[in-house]
Amino acid sequence: MCLGIPGKLLEITEDETSLRMGKVEFGGIAKDVCLAYLPEAQVGDYVLVHVGFAISKVDEQEAEAIFAYLREISQLSEVGDPSVSGELGESGDEVH
Amino acid sequence: MKYIDEYRDAAAARACADAIARLVTRPWNLMEICGGQTHAIVRFGLDEILPREITLIHGPGCPVCVTPIEMIDKAIAIASRAGVIFCSYGDMLRVPGSATDLLTVKSAGGDVRIVYSPMDALTLARENPAREVVFFAIGFETTAPANVMAVVQAQRLGLKNFSVLVSHVLVPPAMRAVLESPRNRVQGFLAAGHVCAVMGTADYRSLAAEYRVPIVVTGFEPVDILQGIYRCVRQLEEGRGELENEYARVVRPEGNPAAIRQVREVLEVVPRKWRGIGVIPDSGWALRPAYAHLDADVRFEVQHVTADEPADCLAGAVLQGHRKPHECPAFGTTCNPDHPLGAPMVSAEGACSAYYRYRRRR
Repeated sequence: MCLGIPGKLLEITEDETSLRMGKVEFGGIAKDVCLAYLPEAQVGDYVLVHVGFAISKVDEQEAEAIFAYLREISQLSEVGDPSVSGELGESGDEVH
Repeated sequence: MKYIDEYRDAAAARACADAIARLVTRPWNLMEICGGQTHAIVRFGLDEILPREITLIHGPGCPVCVTPIEMIDKAIAIASRAGVIFCSYGDMLRVPGSATDLLTVKSAGGDVRIVYSPMDALTLARENPAREVVFFAIGFETTAPANVMAVVQAQRLGLKNFSVLVSHVLVPPAMRAVLESPRNRVQGFLAAGHVCAVMGTADYRSLAAEYRVPIVVTGFEPVDILQGIYRCVRQLEEGRGELENEYARVVRPEGNPAAIRQVREVLEVVPRKWRGIGVIPDSGWALRPAYAHLDADVRFEVQHVTADEPADCLAGAVLQGHRKPHECPAFGTTCNPDHPLGAPMVSAEGACSAYYRYRRRR
């Protein structure tokens, strides 16, 4: 229910009831998203979308900070690059 | 995709788990509040790469699971009426009421529609002026801004055939209930990142200070969750109990002010019964009296029936973290996703569903 997915804001529009809307791209698929709660969002921003509503702007610097913190606690230099190590696999069999 | 793949990086996850192992000196019990986090933990096996000292207790953060059975029965009664188009998030359709579920109403000819967004229900109301369109507005704080926008727009557009059945729940009172329980084992919390994206972190800062308990606002990807656990364990090892924000790329201390304003205009805090748990004071949101004309509970008078839960379902104990799903005798035998006895087996955020999908073969 609280699933939120980050996507890139491609364009800002208004619907026929003059609600602030936008097209947001998720992995190649563009969807209409309500921007009423993010009046500051600009084209090119990454926004977090939940049930058709953008609820937060993704902050690029803070997104990087996760890996800076990880390097600090792990004394590793290469973490944070999936092209080097690959993505985490799923545990167990998915039956559905 | 940006802001997802990099947080599933296997080396980063392992590095984080190793850092936790170097840090930990004794057993600690942590609760992840949100069912979305529970699913990520079980799906990626994060609990299995943690040192054995760390126990993760799965929390009650599954709105589908905690929606009271009386409210499901009400939804079923309204959806069964001729002329009604009943709209719901998909997860709710299989949740057992006392006698049946919404999916059964649909297969018996009821007009029950799954919507992705509450605005889809609003569109249906505009396209079907001769029908009564009802939206089942459930969820935590994350979903409330979307649900109230449907109410506000219905008001603005003067839609006479739209109403909402509201059963919203709030996270901080549930955390307080966990901490106040005489059976409580939880020593630190991973707070639900998207709830905080809307509401901000002030309530959690107060809770952390009042109970001297570490609370780390945490995201939903493997590296987020492991880093949330690291920060929580570090506080416990150092004897601190404070608020930290692991998910700062999405969560600001003030939350989303426009969303909070809109929600407070439409909804008011009420006591709410949580399925399997009981009534928690000030733990829900309902429509303010000014919006009673859009309240399905008022528009459709439904007989109030109280029903018992199946005796062999441990959903309540699972939701409170007292039992793990596989400890229930019904798990995977009389209870499975096709024939669920309890809501946690149905929902994409339910702990029973997570264990069934990813752990059943063991």
